[in-house]
Amino acid sequence: MGEVLLQVSHLSKNFGSNVVLRDIDFSVSRGDVTSVIGSSGSGKSTLLRCINLLETPTSGQILFHGKDITARGYNVAAYRAKVGMVFQSFNLFSNMTVLENCMIGLRKVMHQDRATAERTARRYLDKVGMSPYINAKPRQISGGQKQRVAIARALAMEPEVLLFDEPTSALDPQMVGEVLDVMKALVREGLTMIVVTHEMAFARDVSSRTVFMKDGIIWEDGAPEQIFGNPEKQETKEFLSRFFDR
Amino acid sequence: MSFAQLFSDIVKLWKNYGTIYLTGMWKTVSLAVICTLVGCLIGFLCGILQTIPCARTDHVAKRSLLGLLRALIRIYVEVFRGTPMILQAVFVYYGLPYFTNNTVQWSSVWMAAFTVVSINTGAYMAETVRGGILSVDPGQTEGAKAIGMTHVQTMLNVILPQALRSILPQIGNNFIINLKDTSVMFIIGYTEFFATHKAVVGATFLYFPSATVEMIGYLFMTLVSSFLLRWWEKKIDGSDSFDLATKDTLAHTSGLVRFRSRFSNKMEERGR
Repeated sequence: MGEVLLQVSHLSKNFGSNVVLRDIDFSVSRGDVTSVIGSSGSGKSTLLRCINLLETPTSGQILFHGKDITARGYNVAAYRAKVGMVFQSFNLFSNMTVLENCMIGLRKVMHQDRATAERTARRYLDKVGMSPYINAKPRQISGGQKQRVAIARALAMEPEVLLFDEPTSALDPQMVGEVLDVMKALVREGLTMIVVTHEMAFARDVSSRTVFMKDGIIWEDGAPEQIFGNPEKQETKEFLSRFFDR
Repeated sequence: MSFAQLFSDIVKLWKNYGTIYLTGMWKTVSLAVICTLVGCLIGFLCGILQTIPCARTDHVAKRSLLGLLRALIRIYVEVFRGTPMILQAVFVYYGLPYFTNNTVQWSSVWMAAFTVVSINTGAYMAETVRGGILSVDPGQTEGAKAIGMTHVQTMLNVILPQALRSILPQIGNNFIINLKDTSVMFIIGYTEFFATHKAVVGATFLYFPSATVEMIGYLFMTLVSSFLLRWWEKKIDGSDSFDLATKDTLAHTSGLVRFRSRFSNKMEERGR
Protein backbone atom coordinates (compact mmCIF):
# COMPACT_ATOMS: atom_id res chain seq x y z
CA MET A 1 0.00 0.00 0.00
CA GLY A 2 1.41 3.37 -1.03
CA GLU A 3 0.65 6.73 0.49
CA VAL A 4 -3.00 7.88 0.53
CA LEU A 5 -3.66 10.23 -2.41
CA LEU A 6 -7.39 10.78 -2.19
CA GLN A 7 -9.52 10.61 0.90
CA VAL A 8 -13.27 10.98 0.48
CA SER A 9 -15.22 11.37 3.69
CA HIS A 10 -18.95 11.75 4.36
CA LEU A 11 -19.50 12.80 0.75
CA SER A 12 -23.13 13.44 -0.21
CA LYS A 13 -24.62 14.79 -3.41
CA ASN A 14 -28.21 15.82 -4.07
CA PHE A 15 -29.69 17.03 -7.31
CA GLY A 16 -32.62 18.97 -5.84
CA SER A 17 -34.56 16.47 -3.76
CA ASN A 18 -32.93 13.56 -5.55
CA VAL A 19 -30.21 12.08 -3.34
CA VAL A 20 -27.54 10.50 -5.52
CA LEU A 21 -24.69 9.92 -3.06
CA ARG A 22 -25.16 9.27 0.65
CA ASP A 23 -22.32 9.61 3.11
CA ILE A 24 -19.58 8.05 0.98
CA ASP A 25 -16.30 7.13 2.68
CA PHE A 26 -13.55 5.96 0.44
CA SER A 27 -9.84 6.40 -0.07
CA VAL A 28 -7.32 5.76 -2.81
CA SER A 29 -3.63 5.04 -2.31
CA ARG A 30 -0.85 5.40 -4.84
CA GLY A 31 -0.83 2.47 -7.22
CA ASP A 32 -4.40 1.38 -6.49
CA VAL A 33 -6.54 0.33 -9.42
CA THR A 34 -10.06 0.69 -8.07
CA SER A 35 -12.98 -0.43 -10.16
CA VAL A 36 -16.40 0.87 -9.21
CA ILE A 37 -19.26 -1.39 -10.24
CA GLY A 38 -23.01 -1.22 -9.82
CA SER A 39 -26.12 -0.79 -11.93
CA SER A 40 -26.93 2.42 -13.78
CA GLY A 41 -28.17 5.15 -11.48
CA SER A 42 -26.28 3.82 -8.49
CA GLY A 43 -24.17 7.00 -8.28
CA LYS A 44 -20.89 5.62 -9.63
CA SER A 45 -20.40 8.30 -12.26
CA THR A 46 -21.52 11.05 -9.89
CA LEU A 47 -18.91 9.90 -7.39
CA LEU A 48 -16.24 10.17 -10.07
CA ARG A 49 -17.50 13.55 -11.24
CA CYS A 50 -17.47 14.81 -7.64
CA ILE A 51 -13.88 13.67 -7.25
CA ASN A 52 -12.96 15.78 -10.29
CA LEU A 53 -15.28 18.59 -9.12
CA LEU A 54 -17.30 18.49 -12.31
CA GLU A 55 -20.13 18.23 -9.79
CA THR A 56 -19.99 20.23 -6.58
CA PRO A 57 -20.50 17.94 -3.57
CA THR A 58 -23.49 18.88 -1.42
CA SER A 59 -21.61 18.00 1.74
CA GLY A 60 -18.55 16.14 2.91
CA GLN A 61 -14.86 16.40 2.23
CA ILE A 62 -12.50 15.29 -0.50
CA LEU A 63 -8.85 15.45 0.54
CA PHE A 64 -6.06 15.34 -2.04
CA HIS A 65 -2.66 14.95 -0.36
CA GLY A 66 -4.46 15.95 2.84
CA LYS A 67 -5.87 19.23 1.47
CA ASP A 68 -9.62 19.75 1.08
CA ILE A 69 -10.33 20.39 -2.59
CA THR A 70 -13.82 21.70 -1.89
CA ALA A 71 -12.48 24.51 0.31
CA ARG A 72 -12.94 28.09 -0.91
CA GLY A 73 -9.80 29.37 -2.59
CA TYR A 74 -8.45 25.93 -3.50
CA ASN A 75 -6.92 25.98 -6.99
CA VAL A 76 -9.33 23.65 -8.76
CA ALA A 77 -7.72 23.96 -12.20
CA ALA A 78 -4.30 22.96 -10.87
CA TYR A 79 -5.90 20.03 -9.04
CA ARG A 80 -7.67 18.84 -12.20
CA ALA A 81 -4.38 18.92 -14.08
CA LYS A 82 -3.10 16.31 -11.60
CA VAL A 83 -6.25 14.19 -11.63
CA GLY A 84 -7.04 13.22 -15.21
CA MET A 85 -10.41 12.11 -16.48
CA VAL A 86 -11.52 9.93 -19.37
CA PHE A 87 -15.16 10.24 -20.36
CA GLN A 88 -17.71 7.83 -21.76
CA SER A 89 -18.32 10.15 -24.71
CA PHE A 90 -14.58 10.92 -25.21
CA ASN A 91 -15.06 14.72 -25.25
CA LEU A 92 -12.18 15.28 -27.63
CA PHE A 93 -11.96 18.88 -28.82
CA SER A 94 -13.55 18.71 -32.24
CA ASN A 95 -11.81 21.86 -33.51
CA MET A 96 -8.37 20.35 -33.05
CA THR A 97 -6.40 17.49 -34.54
CA VAL A 98 -5.46 14.42 -32.52
CA LEU A 99 -2.03 15.88 -31.80
CA GLU A 100 -3.40 19.31 -30.85
CA ASN A 101 -5.86 17.62 -28.50
CA CYS A 102 -2.98 16.11 -26.59
CA MET A 103 -0.86 19.30 -26.68
CA ILE A 104 -3.36 21.94 -25.61
CA GLY A 105 -3.22 21.09 -21.90
CA LEU A 106 0.57 21.04 -21.91
CA ARG A 107 0.71 24.36 -23.74
CA LYS A 108 -1.98 26.28 -21.86
CA VAL A 109 -2.03 24.68 -18.41
CA MET A 110 1.57 23.54 -18.01
CA HIS A 111 2.91 26.45 -20.13
CA GLN A 112 5.32 24.25 -22.06
CA ASP A 113 6.86 25.40 -25.30
CA ARG A 114 5.59 23.89 -28.52
CA ALA A 115 8.49 21.49 -29.08
CA THR A 116 8.42 20.02 -25.56
CA ALA A 117 4.64 19.68 -25.62
CA GLU A 118 4.72 17.99 -29.00
CA ARG A 119 7.36 15.52 -27.84
CA THR A 120 5.32 14.56 -24.78
CA ALA A 121 2.08 14.34 -26.76
CA ARG A 122 3.68 12.15 -29.42
CA ARG A 123 5.14 9.86 -26.77
CA TYR A 124 1.73 9.19 -25.23
CA LEU A 125 -0.03 8.92 -28.58
CA ASP A 126 2.55 6.32 -29.49
CA LYS A 127 1.83 4.48 -26.27
CA VAL A 128 -1.88 4.14 -27.10
CA GLY A 129 -1.06 3.21 -30.70
CA MET A 130 -2.47 6.39 -32.18
CA SER A 131 0.66 7.99 -33.59
CA PRO A 132 -0.36 7.28 -37.19
CA TYR A 133 -3.42 9.48 -36.71
CA ILE A 134 -1.87 12.66 -35.30
CA ASN A 135 -3.19 14.77 -38.18
CA ALA A 136 -6.74 13.42 -38.07
CA LYS A 137 -9.67 15.35 -36.64
CA PRO A 138 -11.77 13.51 -34.05
CA ARG A 139 -14.68 13.16 -36.51
CA GLN A 140 -12.44 11.15 -38.82
CA ILE A 141 -11.52 8.31 -36.44
CA SER A 142 -13.48 5.47 -34.85
CA GLY A 143 -14.86 5.38 -31.32
CA GLY A 144 -12.15 3.13 -29.98
CA GLN A 145 -9.50 5.34 -31.52
CA LYS A 146 -11.14 8.43 -30.05
CA GLN A 147 -11.08 6.90 -26.60
CA ARG A 148 -7.41 6.01 -26.98
CA VAL A 149 -6.67 9.61 -27.95
CA ALA A 150 -8.65 10.77 -24.93
CA ILE A 151 -6.53 8.50 -22.73
CA ALA A 152 -3.36 9.89 -24.32
CA ARG A 153 -4.63 13.43 -23.74
CA ALA A 154 -5.15 12.67 -20.06
CA LEU A 155 -1.81 10.85 -19.76
CA ALA A 156 0.10 13.69 -21.41
CA MET A 157 -0.65 15.82 -18.34
CA GLU A 158 1.20 13.14 -16.34
CA PRO A 159 -1.54 12.92 -13.70
CA GLU A 160 -1.18 11.28 -10.30
CA VAL A 161 -4.60 9.71 -10.56
CA LEU A 162 -6.59 8.90 -13.68
CA LEU A 163 -10.38 8.63 -13.51
CA PHE A 164 -12.25 6.58 -16.09
CA ASP A 165 -15.99 7.17 -16.42
CA GLU A 166 -17.37 4.12 -18.24
CA PRO A 167 -14.68 4.39 -20.90
CA THR A 168 -15.95 1.52 -23.01
CA SER A 169 -19.73 1.94 -22.69
CA ALA A 170 -20.12 3.88 -25.92
CA LEU A 171 -18.07 1.41 -27.96
CA ASP A 172 -18.97 -1.69 -29.90
CA PRO A 173 -17.54 -4.99 -28.58
CA GLN A 174 -14.58 -5.07 -30.93
CA MET A 175 -13.44 -1.58 -30.02
CA VAL A 176 -13.85 -2.30 -26.31
CA GLY A 177 -10.90 -4.65 -26.62
CA GLU A 178 -8.48 -2.07 -27.99
CA VAL A 179 -9.32 0.40 -25.19
CA LEU A 180 -9.09 -2.24 -22.46
CA ASP A 181 -5.69 -3.31 -23.81
CA VAL A 182 -4.42 0.24 -23.33
CA MET A 183 -5.86 0.37 -19.81
CA LYS A 184 -4.26 -2.94 -18.88
CA ALA A 185 -0.90 -1.61 -20.03
CA LEU A 186 -1.36 1.39 -17.75
CA VAL A 187 -2.16 -0.88 -14.81
CA ARG A 188 1.10 -2.76 -15.42
CA GLU A 189 2.97 0.55 -15.25
CA GLY A 190 1.53 1.21 -11.81
CA LEU A 191 -0.72 4.20 -12.62
CA THR A 192 -3.27 5.00 -9.94
CA MET A 193 -6.70 4.59 -11.49
CA ILE A 194 -10.36 4.73 -10.53
CA VAL A 195 -12.46 2.99 -13.16
CA VAL A 196 -16.25 3.16 -13.25
CA THR A 197 -17.14 0.26 -15.47
CA HIS A 198 -19.60 -2.34 -16.62
CA GLU A 199 -16.74 -4.56 -17.81
CA MET A 200 -16.91 -7.16 -15.06
CA ALA A 201 -13.99 -9.11 -16.45
CA PHE A 202 -11.79 -6.02 -16.22
CA ALA A 203 -12.95 -5.32 -12.66
CA ARG A 204 -12.34 -8.91 -11.62
CA ASP A 205 -9.07 -9.66 -13.39
CA VAL A 206 -7.27 -6.35 -13.68
CA SER A 207 -8.17 -4.10 -10.77
CA SER A 208 -6.57 -4.40 -7.37
CA ARG A 209 -9.75 -3.41 -5.59
CA THR A 210 -13.46 -3.40 -6.34
CA VAL A 211 -16.16 -1.14 -4.95
CA PHE A 212 -19.81 -2.08 -5.33
CA MET A 213 -22.34 0.76 -5.24
CA LYS A 214 -26.11 0.75 -5.09
CA ASP A 215 -28.53 3.62 -4.41
CA GLY A 216 -25.71 6.05 -3.70
CA ILE A 217 -24.11 3.90 -1.04
CA ILE A 218 -20.93 1.83 -1.06
CA TRP A 219 -22.13 -1.65 -0.11
CA GLU A 220 -18.88 -3.52 -0.44
CA ASP A 221 -15.28 -2.50 -0.87
CA GLY A 222 -12.52 -5.05 -1.10
CA ALA A 223 -10.28 -7.25 -3.18
CA PRO A 224 -11.89 -8.37 -6.47
CA GLU A 225 -11.41 -12.03 -5.52
CA GLN A 226 -13.51 -11.46 -2.45
CA ILE A 227 -16.24 -9.32 -4.09
CA PHE A 228 -16.63 -11.60 -7.10
CA GLY A 229 -15.85 -14.91 -5.40
CA ASN A 230 -17.47 -14.54 -2.04
CA PRO A 231 -19.64 -11.40 -1.74
CA GLU A 232 -20.92 -10.68 1.75
CA LYS A 233 -24.01 -8.65 0.95
CA GLN A 234 -27.18 -9.94 -0.64
CA GLU A 235 -27.31 -6.85 -2.93
CA THR A 236 -23.86 -7.61 -4.33
CA LYS A 237 -24.83 -11.22 -5.00
CA GLU A 238 -27.99 -10.16 -6.82
CA PHE A 239 -26.11 -7.63 -8.98
CA LEU A 240 -23.36 -10.09 -9.90
CA SER A 241 -25.74 -12.94 -10.60
CA ARG A 242 -27.64 -10.73 -13.03
CA PHE A 243 -24.37 -10.10 -14.82
CA PHE A 244 -22.97 -13.59 -14.94
CA ASP A 245 -26.18 -15.59 -15.48
CA ARG A 246 -26.75 -14.09 -18.89
CA MET B 1 -38.84 51.78 -74.54
CA SER B 2 -36.68 48.87 -75.46
CA PHE B 3 -33.72 46.98 -74.10
CA ALA B 4 -31.51 48.69 -76.67
CA GLN B 5 -32.55 52.05 -75.27
CA LEU B 6 -31.94 50.85 -71.70
CA PHE B 7 -28.56 49.53 -72.68
CA SER B 8 -27.48 52.78 -74.32
CA ASP B 9 -28.73 54.76 -71.29
CA ILE B 10 -26.74 52.57 -68.96
CA VAL B 11 -23.63 52.96 -71.07
CA LYS B 12 -24.13 56.70 -71.05
CA LEU B 13 -24.58 56.76 -67.28
CA TRP B 14 -21.51 54.62 -66.73
CA LYS B 15 -19.42 56.79 -69.06
CA ASN B 16 -20.35 60.00 -67.26
CA TYR B 17 -20.83 58.79 -63.69
CA GLY B 18 -18.87 55.52 -63.51
CA THR B 19 -16.36 56.80 -60.98
CA ILE B 20 -19.16 58.24 -58.84
CA TYR B 21 -20.94 54.85 -58.83
CA LEU B 22 -17.68 53.09 -58.02
CA THR B 23 -16.91 55.50 -55.19
CA GLY B 24 -20.41 54.81 -53.85
CA MET B 25 -19.82 51.07 -54.03
CA TRP B 26 -16.50 51.43 -52.25
CA LYS B 27 -18.13 53.46 -49.48
CA THR B 28 -20.87 50.86 -49.13
CA VAL B 29 -18.48 47.92 -49.02
CA SER B 30 -16.03 49.56 -46.63
CA LEU B 31 -18.80 50.61 -44.23
CA ALA B 32 -20.37 47.14 -44.36
CA VAL B 33 -17.05 45.35 -43.77
CA ILE B 34 -15.95 47.54 -40.87
CA CYS B 35 -19.38 47.60 -39.23
CA THR B 36 -19.80 43.83 -39.54
CA LEU B 37 -16.39 43.30 -37.93
CA VAL B 38 -17.05 45.74 -35.09
CA GLY B 39 -20.58 44.36 -34.74
CA CYS B 40 -19.13 40.87 -34.39
CA LEU B 41 -16.76 42.11 -31.70
CA ILE B 42 -19.67 43.65 -29.79
CA GLY B 43 -21.67 40.49 -30.34
CA PHE B 44 -18.91 38.23 -29.08
CA LEU B 45 -18.37 40.42 -26.04
CA CYS B 46 -22.08 40.38 -25.17
CA GLY B 47 -22.44 36.68 -25.96
CA ILE B 48 -19.47 35.78 -23.76
CA LEU B 49 -20.61 37.99 -20.88
CA GLN B 50 -24.06 36.47 -21.04
CA THR B 51 -22.78 32.91 -20.84
CA ILE B 52 -20.42 33.30 -17.87
CA PRO B 53 -21.43 30.39 -15.64
CA CYS B 54 -23.07 31.48 -12.44
CA ALA B 55 -24.02 29.03 -9.72
CA ARG B 56 -26.16 29.69 -6.68
CA THR B 57 -23.12 28.95 -4.56
CA ASP B 58 -21.17 31.87 -6.07
CA HIS B 59 -20.50 35.05 -4.14
CA VAL B 60 -23.39 37.54 -3.94
CA ALA B 61 -21.34 40.34 -5.50
CA LYS B 62 -20.48 38.22 -8.53
CA ARG B 63 -24.06 37.09 -8.95
CA SER B 64 -25.56 40.58 -8.76
CA LEU B 65 -22.90 42.01 -11.10
CA LEU B 66 -23.62 39.30 -13.66
CA GLY B 67 -27.35 39.84 -13.24
CA LEU B 68 -26.98 43.56 -13.88
CA LEU B 69 -24.78 42.91 -16.90
CA ARG B 70 -27.27 40.48 -18.39
CA ALA B 71 -30.12 42.94 -17.88
CA LEU B 72 -28.16 45.73 -19.62
CA ILE B 73 -27.30 43.50 -22.58
CA ARG B 74 -30.92 42.41 -22.78
CA ILE B 75 -32.10 46.04 -22.95
CA TYR B 76 -29.46 46.88 -25.58
CA VAL B 77 -30.47 43.94 -27.75
CA GLU B 78 -34.18 44.59 -27.49
CA VAL B 79 -33.90 48.33 -28.21
CA PHE B 80 -31.64 48.04 -31.25
CA ARG B 81 -33.30 44.96 -32.65
CA GLY B 82 -36.73 46.41 -32.08
CA THR B 83 -36.41 49.75 -33.89
CA PRO B 84 -35.71 50.53 -37.56
CA MET B 85 -32.09 51.31 -38.37
CA ILE B 86 -33.09 54.35 -40.44
CA LEU B 87 -34.69 55.80 -37.32
CA GLN B 88 -31.71 54.87 -35.15
CA ALA B 89 -29.51 56.82 -37.57
CA VAL B 90 -31.60 59.96 -37.21
CA PHE B 91 -31.94 59.47 -33.47
CA VAL B 92 -28.21 59.10 -32.88
CA TYR B 93 -27.11 61.71 -35.43
CA TYR B 94 -29.29 64.49 -34.05
CA GLY B 95 -29.41 63.20 -30.48
CA LEU B 96 -25.76 63.82 -29.67
CA PRO B 97 -25.72 67.59 -30.45
CA TYR B 98 -29.20 67.97 -28.95
CA PHE B 99 -28.23 66.57 -25.58
CA THR B 100 -24.93 68.42 -25.39
CA ASN B 101 -26.29 71.81 -26.46
CA ASN B 102 -24.30 71.54 -29.69
CA THR B 103 -20.98 71.37 -27.82
CA VAL B 104 -20.40 67.84 -29.10
CA GLN B 105 -21.01 67.18 -32.78
CA TRP B 106 -20.36 64.11 -34.88
CA SER B 107 -16.92 64.65 -36.39
CA SER B 108 -18.23 63.26 -39.68
CA VAL B 109 -21.28 61.61 -41.13
CA TRP B 110 -19.15 58.51 -41.56
CA MET B 111 -18.60 58.30 -37.79
CA ALA B 112 -22.33 58.50 -37.15
CA ALA B 113 -23.13 55.90 -39.82
CA PHE B 114 -20.35 53.64 -38.52
CA THR B 115 -21.64 53.88 -34.95
CA VAL B 116 -25.25 53.14 -35.84
CA VAL B 117 -24.60 50.20 -38.16
CA SER B 118 -22.03 48.64 -35.80
CA ILE B 119 -24.26 48.88 -32.76
CA ASN B 120 -27.19 47.54 -34.76
CA THR B 121 -25.18 44.58 -36.04
CA GLY B 122 -23.87 43.97 -32.52
CA ALA B 123 -27.42 43.63 -31.21
CA TYR B 124 -28.18 40.86 -33.68
CA MET B 125 -24.79 39.22 -33.22
CA ALA B 126 -25.14 39.16 -29.42
CA GLU B 127 -28.00 36.69 -29.71
CA THR B 128 -26.31 34.75 -32.49
CA VAL B 129 -23.10 34.33 -30.49
CA ARG B 130 -25.04 33.34 -27.37
CA GLY B 131 -26.80 30.67 -29.41
CA GLY B 132 -23.51 29.55 -30.93
CA ILE B 133 -21.90 29.14 -27.52
CA LEU B 134 -24.90 27.25 -26.15
CA SER B 135 -24.88 24.93 -29.16
CA VAL B 136 -21.38 23.62 -28.35
CA ASP B 137 -21.61 20.24 -26.63
CA PRO B 138 -21.19 20.67 -22.82
CA GLY B 139 -18.83 17.68 -22.99
CA GLN B 140 -16.30 19.97 -24.67
CA THR B 141 -16.27 22.21 -21.60
CA GLU B 142 -15.93 19.20 -19.31
CA GLY B 143 -13.07 17.83 -21.38
CA ALA B 144 -11.27 21.17 -21.11
CA LYS B 145 -11.92 21.50 -17.38
CA ALA B 146 -10.71 17.95 -16.80
CA ILE B 147 -7.22 18.81 -18.06
CA GLY B 148 -7.12 21.87 -15.83
CA MET B 149 -8.07 24.66 -18.21
CA THR B 150 -9.63 27.78 -16.69
CA HIS B 151 -12.92 29.24 -17.90
CA VAL B 152 -11.14 31.83 -20.05
CA GLN B 153 -8.77 29.26 -21.58
CA THR B 154 -11.69 26.93 -22.29
CA MET B 155 -13.60 29.72 -23.97
CA LEU B 156 -10.71 30.96 -26.13
CA ASN B 157 -9.32 27.58 -27.20
CA VAL B 158 -12.29 25.25 -27.31
CA ILE B 159 -15.72 26.86 -27.16
CA LEU B 160 -15.34 30.04 -29.21
CA PRO B 161 -13.59 28.45 -32.22
CA GLN B 162 -16.41 25.92 -32.43
CA ALA B 163 -19.08 28.56 -31.85
CA LEU B 164 -17.49 30.75 -34.53
CA ARG B 165 -17.65 27.93 -37.03
CA SER B 166 -21.33 27.29 -36.37
CA ILE B 167 -22.32 30.96 -36.57
CA LEU B 168 -20.21 31.73 -39.62
CA PRO B 169 -23.21 31.45 -41.99
CA GLN B 170 -25.04 33.90 -39.74
CA ILE B 171 -22.12 36.33 -39.82
CA GLY B 172 -22.24 36.11 -43.61
CA ASN B 173 -25.95 36.77 -43.48
CA ASN B 174 -25.38 39.88 -41.39
CA PHE B 175 -22.69 41.10 -43.73
CA ILE B 176 -24.96 40.81 -46.74
CA ILE B 177 -27.77 42.52 -44.87
CA ASN B 178 -25.32 45.30 -43.99
CA LEU B 179 -24.23 45.68 -47.63
CA LYS B 180 -27.83 46.45 -48.54
CA ASP B 181 -29.06 48.18 -45.40
CA THR B 182 -26.26 50.72 -45.17
CA SER B 183 -28.33 52.36 -47.94
CA VAL B 184 -30.60 53.86 -45.28
CA MET B 185 -27.66 55.99 -44.14
CA PHE B 186 -28.52 58.40 -46.96
CA ILE B 187 -31.00 59.82 -44.41
CA ILE B 188 -28.14 61.46 -42.50
CA GLY B 189 -26.32 62.36 -45.70
CA TYR B 190 -23.81 59.53 -46.02
CA THR B 191 -23.13 59.18 -49.75
CA GLU B 192 -22.85 55.45 -50.25
CA PHE B 193 -23.96 53.51 -53.35
CA PHE B 194 -27.68 54.21 -53.09
CA ALA B 195 -27.08 57.91 -52.38
CA THR B 196 -25.10 58.18 -55.62
CA HIS B 197 -28.22 57.00 -57.42
CA LYS B 198 -30.15 59.93 -55.94
CA ALA B 199 -27.38 62.31 -56.98
CA VAL B 200 -27.17 60.92 -60.51
CA VAL B 201 -30.89 60.95 -61.24
CA GLY B 202 -31.06 64.48 -59.87
CA ALA B 203 -28.85 65.53 -62.77
CA THR B 204 -29.98 63.13 -65.52
CA PHE B 205 -33.57 62.11 -64.70
CA LEU B 206 -32.66 58.61 -65.91
CA TYR B 207 -34.46 56.95 -63.00
CA PHE B 208 -34.90 53.46 -64.38
CA PRO B 209 -31.48 53.02 -66.02
CA SER B 210 -29.76 54.26 -62.89
CA ALA B 211 -31.87 51.93 -60.75
CA THR B 212 -30.79 49.09 -63.04
CA VAL B 213 -27.15 50.01 -62.50
CA GLU B 214 -27.81 49.99 -58.76
CA MET B 215 -29.57 46.61 -58.89
CA ILE B 216 -26.68 45.05 -60.80
CA GLY B 217 -24.13 46.73 -58.54
CA TYR B 218 -25.74 45.49 -55.32
CA LEU B 219 -26.24 42.00 -56.72
CA PHE B 220 -22.60 41.93 -57.80
CA MET B 221 -21.43 42.87 -54.30
CA THR B 222 -23.66 40.35 -52.54
CA LEU B 223 -22.83 37.49 -54.92
CA VAL B 224 -19.11 38.04 -54.56
CA SER B 225 -19.54 38.16 -50.78
CA SER B 226 -21.46 34.92 -50.60
CA PHE B 227 -18.87 33.24 -52.76
CA LEU B 228 -16.05 34.46 -50.51
CA LEU B 229 -17.93 33.45 -47.37
CA ARG B 230 -18.50 29.92 -48.66
CA TRP B 231 -14.83 29.70 -49.52
CA TRP B 232 -13.90 30.83 -45.99
CA GLU B 233 -16.21 28.24 -44.44
CA LYS B 234 -14.61 25.47 -46.48
CA LYS B 235 -11.18 26.67 -45.50
CA ILE B 236 -12.04 26.59 -41.80
CA ASP B 237 -13.46 23.05 -42.11
CA GLY B 238 -10.14 21.88 -43.44
CA SER B 239 -9.46 18.84 -45.52
CA ASP B 240 -11.76 15.81 -45.45
CA SER B 241 -8.83 13.45 -45.46
CA PHE B 242 -5.68 13.18 -43.38
CA ASP B 243 -2.26 11.64 -43.78
CA LEU B 244 -1.86 8.24 -42.21
CA ALA B 245 1.72 7.64 -41.13
CA THR B 246 1.74 3.89 -40.62
CA LYS B 247 -0.69 1.15 -39.70
CA ASP B 248 -2.59 1.34 -36.43
CA THR B 249 -1.21 -1.60 -34.50
CA LEU B 250 -3.86 -1.71 -31.78
CA ALA B 251 -7.02 -1.41 -33.85
CA HIS B 252 -9.06 -4.56 -34.07
CA THR B 253 -10.50 -5.41 -37.43
CA SER B 254 -13.52 -3.12 -37.03
CA GLY B 255 -11.39 -0.01 -37.36
CA LEU B 256 -9.56 -1.29 -40.39
CA VAL B 257 -12.71 -2.51 -42.09
CA ARG B 258 -14.17 0.94 -41.75
CA PHE B 259 -11.09 2.54 -43.18
CA ARG B 260 -10.97 0.06 -46.00
CA SER B 261 -14.63 0.42 -46.90
CA ARG B 262 -14.29 4.18 -47.09
CA PHE B 263 -11.34 3.73 -49.36
CA SER B 264 -13.08 1.23 -51.61
CA ASN B 265 -16.13 3.52 -51.88
CA LYS B 266 -13.86 6.17 -53.25
CA MET B 267 -12.40 3.73 -55.73
CA GLU B 268 -15.88 2.79 -56.87
CA GLU B 269 -16.77 6.42 -57.41
CA ARG B 270 -13.69 6.87 -59.50
CA GLY B 271 -14.52 3.77 -61.52
CA ARG B 272 -17.97 5.06 -62.38
